[in-house]
Amino acid sequence: MPEIRNYTLNFGPQHPAAHGVLRLVLEMDGEVVDRADPHIGLLHRGTEKLAESKPYNQSIGYMDRLDYVSMMCNEHGYVLAIEKLLGVEVPERAQYIRVMFDEITRLLNHLMWIGAHALDVGAMSMFLYAFREREDLMDCYEAVSGARLHATYYRPGGVARDLPGTMPQYEESRWTSKAQASKQNEARSGSMLDFLDDFTTRFPTCVDEYETLLTDNRIWKQRTVGIGVVSPERAKQLGFTGAMLRGSGVEWDLRKKQPYEVYDRMKFSIPVGTNGDCYDRYLVRMEEMRQSNEIIRQCISWLRSNEGPVLTEDHKVAPPRRAEMKGDMESLIHHFKLFTEGFCLPEGEAYAAIEHPKGEFGAYLISDGANKPYRLKIRAPGFYHLAALNEMVSGHMLSDVVAIIGTQDIVFGEVDR
Amino acid sequence: MSESRSEQLAATITAMGLEGVTDISVSAGQAMVKVEAPHLLAVAAELRDRPETSFEQLIDVCGIDYLQYGQDEWATDSTASSGFSRGVSGQSVGRLSFGDEVENEIEQGSRFAVNYQLLSVQHNVRLMMKVYAPDNEFPVVASLTSIWSSADWPEREAFDLMGIHFEGHPDLRRLLTDYGFVGHPFRKDFPLVGNVEMRYDPLKKRVIYEPVTIEPRVLVPRVIRQDNRYVSHDAATVDADGETDA
Repeated sequence: MPEIRNYTLNFGPQHPAAHGVLRLVLEMDGEVVDRADPHIGLLHRGTEKLAESKPYNQSIGYMDRLDYVSMMCNEHGYVLAIEKLLGVEVPERAQYIRVMFDEITRLLNHLMWIGAHALDVGAMSMFLYAFREREDLMDCYEAVSGARLHATYYRPGGVARDLPGTMPQYEESRWTSKAQASKQNEARSGSMLDFLDDFTTRFPTCVDEYETLLTDNRIWKQRTVGIGVVSPERAKQLGFTGAMLRGSGVEWDLRKKQPYEVYDRMKFSIPVGTNGDCYDRYLVRMEEMRQSNEIIRQCISWLRSNEGPVLTEDHKVAPPRRAEMKGDMESLIHHFKLFTEGFCLPEGEAYAAIEHPKGEFGAYLISDGANKPYRLKIRAPGFYHLAALNEMVSGHMLSDVVAIIGTQDIVFGEVDR
Repeated sequence: MSESRSEQLAATITAMGLEGVTDISVSAGQAMVKVEAPHLLAVAAELRDRPETSFEQLIDVCGIDYLQYGQDEWATDSTASSGFSRGVSGQSVGRLSFGDEVENEIEQGSRFAVNYQLLSVQHNVRLMMKVYAPDNEFPVVASLTSIWSSADWPEREAFDLMGIHFEGHPDLRRLLTDYGFVGHPFRKDFPLVGNVEMRYDPLKKRVIYEPVTIEPRVLVPRVIRQDNRYVSHDAATVDADGETDA
């Protein structure tokens, strides 16, 4: 028998499978993990403190940079908390746009997750396929906000602007021939909704492709089935939300249980796992992608047939249109006050939560009546999932740590804030 | 969550008659209770275990520093003969720099509080639970890790960023800040630009810390407007119309 030694292993912060800047101190017994101590905070930027020194609207951009793979959902949580205190009405069309972009964001997030998770576990090609589809979705972000990632598109009282009638086009270049570019531009000739409609028609086939690569794959199953099992009771105790909770068999989805915006009008179902292992969480997220696709389709058909404002007409909160501002003194004053001082929230506190792709994303806002938050607390789902890492990896092999980090869908922008 | 559910929950908690619960209210559709610090553990255990509430999940823990609550930098509610005040004065975190003396005595009440977000999956209700730390110099609150495991990290975070101590926490270390960090950065007397900055010194061949060189800069002063224009939207619209007509 060879002598088995106890090691303390330093995993990260520069490790491709650490999903960013996670430093894990692992106490090992041979190849089995005894205890894991995650050291976080390497990406701590003090978002909540920065928000305290800025008017409300100037912090929307910071929200994008929390969980930087599901940007608009972060904005949504923050904006909802403001709206809750202000009591503004969001126009119906804006609500549909928000739901649609929340679901686009969910696809973006899950595609990133499946790509990175599979890559960590050893399936290289998943990454490439997932990024092919992400490209189209990021084009939608670009079309609507001008930025492919950090959109800053949601506003208290609606969204920044209406959906565009055109899509960005591919151009002929050293890398793209003219024929290739025109083929890529085929779906981009119409409006953004046309492009998205085309995407949602193609996308279920793409999910099928991912599933053929993974679902019955022997290696994939060996690496995920029975790994990181969490019982429903423990999942609730540990503050799990989202797919992590549903993977353990708890049917809980804020979109159904505490619907916000127009989710109560959407037809979709909540996938739930049974064993609470990495494989079940994988299946849950794959089905979520199909359901999100359906929700996007429902939003497209509504948005096509219903026009209307996308930002509240209450100019104490949202700026007036540019043309109005140029011609009307009152609008000019509103515009000036909004951009130099911002709006004041009534004194009080509010907690607003949304079903973020990773779980429950909440914003807790305390206002003392000023034009800046007195205190803003972001409830990031990944923070609680990572806190449970020790419990999930204890007794597993070192290589399973990577699979469990992958299944938790950790992004350090939101864990460290 | 709807208003009626929160009202119902508030009524349920009132009926439970827990010792140490001082204030039960509903605002902006959310139920909220205030708990006296010595009774926190008992109240939390009851809220989790009683079937009529059964809060299985602790969703979030938020440390709060009330030091500068309600302070503004620019008076907008009264005018002098020269008009509204022009100069901006204040000690908000954004204006502080290294070594600035800050008033850290709070006029009345507790300086530190902890707010807990509870969620009952079974009843589909949320509750905010707030506890004020009795001592302003050395704020201590009981740790809820024995009741909800999820309290572990957020309590460490509140300790790290706010300096609130959680009695009974198994492993109260700093979580987010750097190794060897001094101070509690989310306190209202801690400057936004920080105290120290770090760089690599090629002569000493190691990383060194120096006093911060960033200039504090606040672009928008903090103002408080108490005109309640958002409380009643109809009234605001009428006002705007009236002015346009005139």
